[in-house]
Amino acid sequence: MKGMSTIVKTIANIGFPIITIYGLYVIAHGHLTPGGGFQGGAIVASGLALLAVAHGTSWVESKVKEHDLSMLESLGALGFIGLAFLGLLMGGAFFSNFLVDTSMLFGAIPVDGAANINTGGTLPLMNFAVGLKVIAGLFAIVLVMAIATNKEED
Amino acid sequence: MNQRNILAAAFLTIVAVFLMFSALFMHPFGEPTSQAMDQYIIDNTVGETGANNGVTSVVFDYRGFDTLGEATVLFTAVASVVMLFRRLKK
Amino acid sequence: MIANIPYLTVAGLIIIGLYTLLFKKNLIKMVIGITILQSGVNLFLITLGYRMGSVAPIFTGNADNPVMSYPVPQALTLTSIVIGVAVLALMLSLVIHIYRHHGSLHVSKLGGDDQ
Repeated sequence: MKGMSTIVKTIANIGFPIITIYGLYVIAHGHLTPGGGFQGGAIVASGLALLAVAHGTSWVESKVKEHDLSMLESLGALGFIGLAFLGLLMGGAFFSNFLVDTSMLFGAIPVDGAANINTGGTLPLMNFAVGLKVIAGLFAIVLVMAIATNKEED
Repeated sequence: MNQRNILAAAFLTIVAVFLMFSALFMHPFGEPTSQAMDQYIIDNTVGETGANNGVTSVVFDYRGFDTLGEATVLFTAVASVVMLFRRLKK
Repeated sequence: MIANIPYLTVAGLIIIGLYTLLFKKNLIKMVIGITILQSGVNLFLITLGYRMGSVAPIFTGNADNPVMSYPVPQALTLTSIVIGVAVLALMLSLVIHIYRHHGSLHVSKLGGDDQ
């Protein structure tokens, strides 16, 4: 598929960083505000799909391979399961939140009945892992479908 | 073909009547029946998991197994779609 | 009884989805019907967890114990939505393959032998 007009490309180039920052914000604040790994990942994947629509799939295909996306998705899944098994090793139960109430990263104790960005234990880390997985997975689906259906039209 | 349509219409009518009656006679909207588990989670989310968002604490902490299955389903679907289209690209 | 409008909406969505599945012959329309049915089920799950006058289960630290809706149905609905997206992608890619193989999306033109 050829790219669209210059206007669409410019608007997409302006909008893509904003959408990505917003999606990463939703992922990073998943334990504080509405949202989380899945929702933020869907937002970032939508921004990538906007790029793919505006610039054409061949342009995106020259930048990123679907093989790399599969590897990123597997990395996210491995991080998620690895955190769950770390809970089994260090906290005594599968998916136990072993980081909470410690002095490590994300381990601070919530004061005044409300959490902050550095609390939450393993929840922010799992949000990041799942967000990476959803970004790579959804964009891989969109990209593979777009490439395969465009090959037929040519 | 016509017989199939009649059968489908009868089935749809039965299901529709059943659904409408059960929707009319369910417990009132806004008064859930079971309380204990959700009330425990609401009371203890901030203290136990250090998260403000109760839904995230349920998804990743209290009911992590569900999320594990969900991630497995998503992974399988993505792998299936990539596999289905990879064969065509050659 | 008038307060049961959310349940009636759920029933309406499920009936629309079933109607689409039963009477439409186009595969894309059947996929849309499955998605509408899924929306009905998701709305039903969300409805079950709502308490009258409640807010979303997110603590802000400055409100003194507001009534909160139940978080478990919302979390399971999140699971259901993500599974719905995965199943939708798989269904659509299968539909694309069917169209390539048969050149049609009409269900009665797919068999080859008996029609």
